[in-house]
Amino acid sequence: MLDKVIKQKLVVIGNGMAGIRTVEALLERAPDLYDITVFGSEPYGNYNRILLSPVLAGEKTVDDIMLNTVDWYEDNNITLRKGETISMIDRRTCEVVTEAGERVPYDRLLVATGSNPIMLPLPGKELPGVIGFRDIYDVDRMIKASTDYRNAVVIGGGLLGLEAANGLMKRGMNVTVVHLLDTLMERQLDPVAGGLLRKSLEERGMVFKMPAQTQAILGEDRVTGVRFGDGTELPADLVVMAVGIRPNFELAKKAGLYCERGIVVSDTMQTYDGRIYAVGECVQHRRQTYGLVAPLFDQAKVCANHLAMKGFATYDGSVTSTKLKVTGIDLFSAGDFAPGPDKEEIVLQDANRGVYKRIILKDKKIVGAVLYGDTIDGPWYFQHLRDGTDVSHMRERLVFGAANLGEGGVSGQNSVAAMSDETEICGCNGVCKGAIVKAISEKKLFTLDDVRAHTKASSSCGSCTGLVEQVLAFTLGGDYSAAPKVKPLCKCTDHSHDDVRRVIVEQQLKTIPAVMRFMEWKTLNGCHSCRPALNYYLLATWPGEYRDDQQSRFINERVHANIQKDGTYSVVPRMWGGVTTPSELRAIADVAEKFNIPTVKVTGGQRIDLLGVKKEDLPAVWADLNDAGMVSGHAYAKGLRTVKTCVGSEWCRFGTQDSTGLGVKLEKFMWGSWTPAKVKLGVSGCPRNCAEATCKDVGVVCVDSGYEIHFAGAAGLHIKGTEFLTKVETEDETLEVIVALTQLYREEGWYLERMYKWCDRVGLEQIRKRVVDDVANRKALFARFAYSQQFAQTDPWAERASRGVDRNEFAPLAELELA
Amino acid sequence: MTSWIEIGALDDIPRLGSRVVRTPGGNIAVFRTESDEVFALDDRCPHKGGPLSQGIVHNKRVTCPLHNFVIELASGQAVAPDEGCTHTHPAKVENGIVWLSVRQAAAVS
Ligand SMILES: Cc1cc2nc3c(=O)[nH]c(=O)nc-3n(C[C@H](O)[C@H](O)[C@H](O)COP(=O)(O)OP(=O)(O)OC[C@H]3O[C@@H](n4cnc5c(N)ncnc54)[C@H](O)[C@@H]3O)c2cc1C
Ligand code: SF4
Ligand code: SF4
Ligand code: FES
Repeated sequence: MLDKVIKQKLVVIGNGMAGIRTVEALLERAPDLYDITVFGSEPYGNYNRILLSPVLAGEKTVDDIMLNTVDWYEDNNITLRKGETISMIDRRTCEVVTEAGERVPYDRLLVATGSNPIMLPLPGKELPGVIGFRDIYDVDRMIKASTDYRNAVVIGGGLLGLEAANGLMKRGMNVTVVHLLDTLMERQLDPVAGGLLRKSLEERGMVFKMPAQTQAILGEDRVTGVRFGDGTELPADLVVMAVGIRPNFELAKKAGLYCERGIVVSDTMQTYDGRIYAVGECVQHRRQTYGLVAPLFDQAKVCANHLAMKGFATYDGSVTSTKLKVTGIDLFSAGDFAPGPDKEEIVLQDANRGVYKRIILKDKKIVGAVLYGDTIDGPWYFQHLRDGTDVSHMRERLVFGAANLGEGGVSGQNSVAAMSDETEICGCNGVCKGAIVKAISEKKLFTLDDVRAHTKASSSCGSCTGLVEQVLAFTLGGDYSAAPKVKPLCKCTDHSHDDVRRVIVEQQLKTIPAVMRFMEWKTLNGCHSCRPALNYYLLATWPGEYRDDQQSRFINERVHANIQKDGTYSVVPRMWGGVTTPSELRAIADVAEKFNIPTVKVTGGQRIDLLGVKKEDLPAVWADLNDAGMVSGHAYAKGLRTVKTCVGSEWCRFGTQDSTGLGVKLEKFMWGSWTPAKVKLGVSGCPRNCAEATCKDVGVVCVDSGYEIHFAGAAGLHIKGTEFLTKVETEDETLEVIVALTQLYREEGWYLERMYKWCDRVGLEQIRKRVVDDVANRKALFARFAYSQQFAQTDPWAERASRGVDRNEFAPLAELELA
Repeated sequence: MTSWIEIGALDDIPRLGSRVVRTPGGNIAVFRTESDEVFALDDRCPHKGGPLSQGIVHNKRVTCPLHNFVIELASGQAVAPDEGCTHTHPAKVENGIVWLSVRQAAAVS
């Protein structure tokens, strides 16, 4: 390079999980912005600290847990100074000073110094044989002790202490765990679960002394024992202190950075000195410090974003969950489970199976969960906890888990650990457990997204997401899978669906490039996930103004037919309410013969499907169908699909109302509208419900005295009965409520989020309030829907068959006869 | 030897879109990027043969409509972690006209 650009210097103190995660995320966002130097006290690359427990237990080796080898730093032009400790930060000159006295300048500094184990100030704590449990060095010393000595005492009955005790026991030592309180892991477990845990650890040979206060560590040249407050003593050749961690912020504090229990940072992970960032266990954010990786990774992302000068993202704190990594013990805990006057609990206890579950609810939401013995649903509860889902509608069955609710979980006995490698995890993409485990361990995958990208598992319908998370947790042993609370719309941005929708309105953004520019998209033209989403949001927000971007539509919506696996298309003409006529049927028959359409099939939504149409024949097929009075059935659309009806009072002896007529009316009013995901309706003429209205997105069940309106059902990947919304007396009111409901969904739903998911997310009561109770609001919603229909109700087939719209789409550009 | 064949006007291909050219050896998809570059690939996804011309084009990539493989337009390579490759053909634009040079080997499926 001739005129070499002088890059800014980024210095990182701390070569650990949070610091390097930040660097990785920074490289993704702005690979060439900085000259990066990393200082780390430990003489290694970056390794997975979480997995020290399995290393201690002999289930993994140190090599297994390396995340970034020394080569990685080289490949990414990062200067790694391992084994070097920084002893001072000189903010005046913007330099860091190494222990050896060398000064290294920085433009920006990242402090990621983690934390140190708390060593109780007991007499004898300096004796050889007394150690903490934090790094490879500690683990090496423990392993060595286990070959030379017999008796170990672990002080601290929390997560770390129990994992240390388990490892030492596996290495053949006699282990006693000393705990100050009478419940193990009291920060994560309630007394019942703590008792179950203690029992099963005792069965494996662990000994407990609790409640007990350690008073002194005994010995001359090396530890020989421990004395307690009650005067008793225990022999010990090794004492592991695992009573907690203390954020390591001395360095920052000496440099004059504001610290309380950790280095205090803002929502952008900056310290009081704007050039200096901090992430990881050493920081305090909004009064919180964290000791688990999931929140640290969230912080890393935000910090990287800011370092990359992409602004915008902020860290809002995290909710965490815990899993104990002792093989064979299933334990999961999340959120807040202390009893309280405003809280309710659901408890399931099955002593024979060794299962205990306690779910804590507050304001209809899950706020805490403790699971023991059967933790398969842990991630599922945790998801609802983080999302703040209103769970009142599933309350009775909540404690039995996702499978029981038809949410695609699996039952307890079926836990992933017990599955064979051949067990298929992802039905959509045919990925078995072995393949996922292999990818996770060989390619060092961390997150659900990584697994999706590498194996395709859970990348389609997503119903196996819970399982894949289980496989991740089981393979890695930790809780990595926790995604940030707000899910970004896709990988091209850090913003959530809600953010995007809000900003489109606030900033009056009216084109896809405008949204991408304003919200600082990370890719040039987005991708196949975000472009269709943005196109829909703009279309729904600015009816009549926004010009639909055909190139941002999935092929089916671009050509108004459904692509099939061989690249041909299927065509479904609209049949209002499922009613047809002899002349329509004749026209369909003629078309099928004329164009040699191989398959003609009746669909589940009471329509006729012509399958196997060649793309170039589409306009002609449509022209013939148009001539017979038929229009597109939008069978391909994220929009109103079908209204299924029964014959109702016109023919049926049980019919109470004209269900067919009402269905036709609804369909005629609503066809052509685009929605976040497909919308299917059903109208049944009496509670016998022949039109299966109660598993549709919106269903009407006619009764003598009027019309019951139901919604948020599903009968696809998931099966879910509808929720009752309201009952009205006339057809007109029915139409008004359903249209208003659909409009609310159009305005608030996330792209590809079915109505039932939307309802789960925002809550049935919320929706009822705005659609049923608040009549003025209902009328306003109705009016907005009606307004946008003016622009939506043109038959896309007619436009293309006879008005030449998009002609290019259907004809080849050229035909070549090559020699 | 490269023999160029004129296949049509650039404006007949939508930006961030594609059109197909029929050849006896199968369809070739011709893509146009946002900045008016053109690329030509066999219209067959390396995964299960999906028609790439029907996919969503973003930057210099296309996403297959069948199972979302992402293919680099310049090289025909699937973007990692997916694997596979589609044959490419030289294509260029001159004065608003698109030219294609069909690589015979590639046209044999
Ligand atoms: C045994 C064990 C089991 C765990 N299990 C889990 C689990 O199951 N789930 C979970 O989520 N979390 C678990 N954790 C916690 C998790 O490992 C930590 O939260 C995480 O590693 C913290 O990352 P960090 O980058 O903040 O600190 P660290 O990973 O500790 O990195 C800090 C690094 O900075 C270096 N350093 C400090 N000061 C300086 C200096 N002045 N100059 C140079 N270098 C310096 C340190 O040597 C260290 O390498 C576990 C931790 C341990 C020890
Ligand atoms: S739902 Fe009732 S009215 Fe409709 S066909 Fe069935 S029995 Fe008859
Ligand atoms: S038609 Fe539906 S159920 Fe049948 S194979 Fe296709 S996606 Fe699956
Ligand atoms: S055929 Fe292209 S992704 Fe499957």
